[in-house]
Amino acid sequence: MDQLLINLSVATLFIPIIGFIIVLLFGKRFKKLFLFEVVLLGINLLLSIYIAIVKLAYYPMQKFVSEFTWIHFISTSKYVPSITFDLGVMLDNVTVIMLFVVNLISFLVHLFSIEYMHGDKRYSRYFAYLGLFTFSMLGIVLTHNLLMIYIFWELVGVSSYLLIGFWFEKWSAANASKKAMLMNRVGDTGLLLGILILFTNYGTFTFDKIFQQIAAGNLPFGSYAWLTAAGILIFMGAVGKSAQFPLHLWLPDAMEGPTPVSALIHAATMVAAGVYLVARVFVMLTADALLFIAVIGAITSFIAATIAFTQNDIKKVLAYSTVSQLGYMIMALGVGAYSYAFFHLVTHAFFKACMFLGSGSVIHAMHHEQDMREMGGLKDKMPITFWTFIIATLAISGVPFTSGFLSKDGILLATLAFGKLTGHWLIPIIAYSVAGMTAFYMFRLIYLVFFGEPRNHHKYEHAHESPIVMTLPLIILSTLSVFWWYSLNPIDPSNGVFLEKVKTPNSIVPDVQRFQFMIQDKAKEVVNNITHSELYMETLHHFHYTALAMSLILAGLGILLATYIYKWRKIDVDALAEKIKPLYLFSLNKWYLDEFVQIVFVNSALKFSKALAWFDLNVVDGIVNGSAFVLRQISALGGLIDKYIVDGAVNLTAEIIGVFGKGFSKIQTGKVQSYVLYAVFSIILLFFIVKFF
Amino acid sequence: MEHITLNHFLFVSISLFLLGLIAIIIRKNAIMVLMGVELILNSANINFVAFSRFSGNLINGHVYTLVVIVLAAAEAAIGLAIVLNLYRLNQNINVDEIDQLKN
Repeated sequence: MDQLLINLSVATLFIPIIGFIIVLLFGKRFKKLFLFEVVLLGINLLLSIYIAIVKLAYYPMQKFVSEFTWIHFISTSKYVPSITFDLGVMLDNVTVIMLFVVNLISFLVHLFSIEYMHGDKRYSRYFAYLGLFTFSMLGIVLTHNLLMIYIFWELVGVSSYLLIGFWFEKWSAANASKKAMLMNRVGDTGLLLGILILFTNYGTFTFDKIFQQIAAGNLPFGSYAWLTAAGILIFMGAVGKSAQFPLHLWLPDAMEGPTPVSALIHAATMVAAGVYLVARVFVMLTADALLFIAVIGAITSFIAATIAFTQNDIKKVLAYSTVSQLGYMIMALGVGAYSYAFFHLVTHAFFKACMFLGSGSVIHAMHHEQDMREMGGLKDKMPITFWTFIIATLAISGVPFTSGFLSKDGILLATLAFGKLTGHWLIPIIAYSVAGMTAFYMFRLIYLVFFGEPRNHHKYEHAHESPIVMTLPLIILSTLSVFWWYSLNPIDPSNGVFLEKVKTPNSIVPDVQRFQFMIQDKAKEVVNNITHSELYMETLHHFHYTALAMSLILAGLGILLATYIYKWRKIDVDALAEKIKPLYLFSLNKWYLDEFVQIVFVNSALKFSKALAWFDLNVVDGIVNGSAFVLRQISALGGLIDKYIVDGAVNLTAEIIGVFGKGFSKIQTGKVQSYVLYAVFSIILLFFIVKFF
Repeated sequence: MEHITLNHFLFVSISLFLLGLIAIIIRKNAIMVLMGVELILNSANINFVAFSRFSGNLINGHVYTLVVIVLAAAEAAIGLAIVLNLYRLNQNINVDEIDQLKN
């Protein structure tokens, strides 16, 4: 059975790439070929549902691994070890759930795009790119080693680049794709270094083998610092890909891509790949690395939430909310709430994809108007979009009976316990304030787009509900944003079906490098995968209702404030903005981080390259030119020697021979008689010579 | 009466040779040059016969003389043919003017 599951999962990996190749090659000739790609994704979805059900229902505790040796370098020197590169697939609960999430959202985005991208001149190529992306993403999900993760990591980067810059005629889109690529490169460098630290020490890329060796007490270069460094460097990859501070700047710009792409790549799946990667290496993260991760996550979620307050572009608000929620997941991993982080990843994937597709539907209806100040009152025009959007927004705001409430509440509780046990109180404070801010800016978006008077009557008149291929994905995704899929208890998910299957794995880091609360009591035998101490569990129980109440109050306050300002219009927004102008501008201009990067990194890089160009022009070229000049002089000298000495010698020889020749030619009269005479005299001469000597 | 010795023959022979040589060198007419050649050949013949006579009456010298006479006949034939051709070419047989070898 496990072999069947492995085979099927490998099939799901390669089906999208087949679609990519075929659609890319023949898409121009056969206009309807994009349907082939959609059908392939449908098959993929069915396969992944089957895999997930079989795996979760019948083998929840097992881990299926299938691997083979890809390259084997045999070393003949005793100083250099032989190197083996294994490729392989690992199926555990997290993998199959991700497999389902990626395939489902990818399929729905394919469906949505049929209508949304209709009439685009690179229609079939768009679907081909989606296929390439799905392939790469599934590769990250399925693999069991860091090498393949890195390969597919770069592949998702490429497909993201292609899709952000899909309308590359637009200057801003081309720039955004470039920015995404460059910013990811910074993170990927860290990821590569982290992978290399592990590979240098353990000679393998495979997760399980690395973890086994760490658990056996074999530390990288024999020190905890290197283990921490490896963890933080691998996390750097996630910082780039999951848009964490300070590399989060590319994600809002990535909204230049088509909206369904934003839903698939920049909201639900690719940006979650960073979280997934950190979750994969979670067990080897030391306390220092975890604290670093938690702090970065907290900073990211806070910064993004404050920026989302003032953005006017509907997609930008969603983008910053994505960054903020990704920060939440990273923070959850940092505070040790592995299962809740993954839980939030899944629930967020669904409701954020729903919101993005909803915004796509709105933008489509408004004839590609993205400014929220031009919208308003769309509630009655687009009821399906409106209601699905409402459900997703309730989920992200953490309102009870939604999926977002379950996952978010768990994260908030975990941060609270973390703050209590380690004294880092700032993390729960940020987490809770961000929860309130999230509710506020999401409802601000709802009120601006769907309620009130239409602000642009012309566009409002033409707005209409989107066709079924666009609304069906919205309905499915909003259904998945309700609590019952994850836990039948709408308040406490810890015994629900989802968290039953996803347990926090046991850390393999030696006890001294772990947080105290993550060390299991030795007295208690390990019965299941609980990593945490009794004290931690008690703290969690202790805070349970406090956390619940606080998150509800903050979400309620956020929603209320948004309603107060944007629905009832009790406060004039513009006047308020005028009153707190510095803060407003600070938020509107995204904390001036783009400008900061522009000045500090881009400009200094430009200056540096200008200096290098000067150096090149003057010093390097000078050296080259100088040596060329010297060579020229030397060869001119050589030329002179050649001309006068060598040629002179040759010519002199010729001259001498010429003189002799002229002399001798005088006696060559051509007359036979003179020759005879010479012969006779010569003989006489010879006679005398012989005679007298 | 003095006995005729080998030296007498050789004297005749060398006189003939010198006459032939002078004829070859100084005569302008090609026919005359040819005749000089004949003289030289004949001086050689006298030498052959004389040496044969004064070295035990061996027949070799006589035989060589006969060969040389035949050779001289052939040489005369070829020489005259060359002269004839020279005449055709230059309208004269003056050896001084035949100096095409020079160029």
